[in-house]
Amino acid sequence: MSGDTRNITVTINGKTYKEEVEVRFTLADFMRQQLGLTGTHLGCEHGVCGACTILFDGLSARSCLMLAVQADGHEILTVEGIAPSADELHPLQEAFRDNHGLQCGFCTPGMLTTLIEFLRDNPDPTEQEVRIGISGNLCRCTGYQGIVAAALDAAKRLRDAK
Amino acid sequence: MKPPPFHYHDPETVSDAVGLLSRLENPKLLAGGQSLMPMLNMRYVLPDNVIDLNKITALSYLREENGALMAGAMTRQRDLEFSDVVAKRHPLIKEAILNVGHRQTRNRGTVGGSLCHLDPSAEIPTVALALDATVTVAGPKGNRDIAMADFPAGYMTPAIEPDELLIGIRIPAWPQGHGHGFVEFSRRHGDFAIASAAALLEEDANGKITRASLTIGGVSKVPTRMRDVEKALVGQIASEDVFRAACEECRKMDALEDVHAPANYRQHLATVMSRRALMAAHGRVGGRA
Repeated sequence: MSGDTRNITVTINGKTYKEEVEVRFTLADFMRQQLGLTGTHLGCEHGVCGACTILFDGLSARSCLMLAVQADGHEILTVEGIAPSADELHPLQEAFRDNHGLQCGFCTPGMLTTLIEFLRDNPDPTEQEVRIGISGNLCRCTGYQGIVAAALDAAKRLRDAK
Repeated sequence: MKPPPFHYHDPETVSDAVGLLSRLENPKLLAGGQSLMPMLNMRYVLPDNVIDLNKITALSYLREENGALMAGAMTRQRDLEFSDVVAKRHPLIKEAILNVGHRQTRNRGTVGGSLCHLDPSAEIPTVALALDATVTVAGPKGNRDIAMADFPAGYMTPAIEPDELLIGIRIPAWPQGHGHGFVEFSRRHGDFAIASAAALLEEDANGKITRASLTIGGVSKVPTRMRDVEKALVGQIASEDVFRAACEECRKMDALEDVHAPANYRQHLATVMSRRALMAAHGRVGGRA
């Protein structure tokens, strides 16, 4: 580490990490490079593509637009923390698999985290609401149709599970 | 693509932040980070010191005071989006805020950050100007108020001193029964607006316009109140033809020209967005629709 550093404590997917981090490190780089949590993807690194979306204290945020030091004392959920266990998918992940919601998978971590928040706040969305909900996430494979179908399917699965 | 090396400071009070701002070499204030962080990542800005305002909890509030909306500089755009007071008393802000970036950026982005970044197409400065808001800045000599009309000094440049920081905004409400309309033109949802318009109208029982406010964003270097259009509208019976005629004035605006649109296209959009915003406002006067 070449520049100023700070010691931070951050909880990611339920696990607490105590780390020394360079102050100029983005949260995304810290998670990927220092912690090896490479599920969070980096596309544009300037807040446009949405691939790096995480939930920060339960709210979606772009981890490329935050500094790691700002996560000190906070809780983060990444795509690695969505599934209930190593052998079981989250209903949203199942819906993505069943509806061709991904092809190359690059945008998927951001799509899933974004939709976790979206469906929590809006359990019975219209197609138009889903499209606006994922408007901050770019996908270059699917044409979005499969993703929208997956989100609507997931909403139904999550409602039925209640 | 990584931010350049800098020293990091996270003061917990406004006075500490002002002190750091006056004392430190080449500082930059970090609010929600939705504009500064991309610029750091791409090294458009190379600050020696970053002063993070996120720990100044006193700057995060949203309340109604004497009929005006008081918002702190560090109040998140999300808080405006989900506020009952905003929805009920400031429907123009509510409509505009849904055009600010995306959910992920509104969760972090702040009121003060958007005001001070002062992107010509940013929605918050545009509606703040439309509503005759007043901002408060803190500096070494204390606090002072600046009318939103005097706040834009130039392209992306607020009229505040290098050792001052914006701490809050006061946004007066229009009386119940007024009509509002916010429309914008962008290539995709959440993109920067190529042109936007914010309109407010009051009409008497005969449909005669008694008060009008029209502001254009994205077209000129700074958001612009169209006072001549407002004057032309007051006293007229509201109709699409009246709006269309009055909004022709917008074609004379000094317009930006860039990769997204030539100046004459922006000027054209200014007339169209204005008419649509006014039509929307007219349609909502007195609780219609």
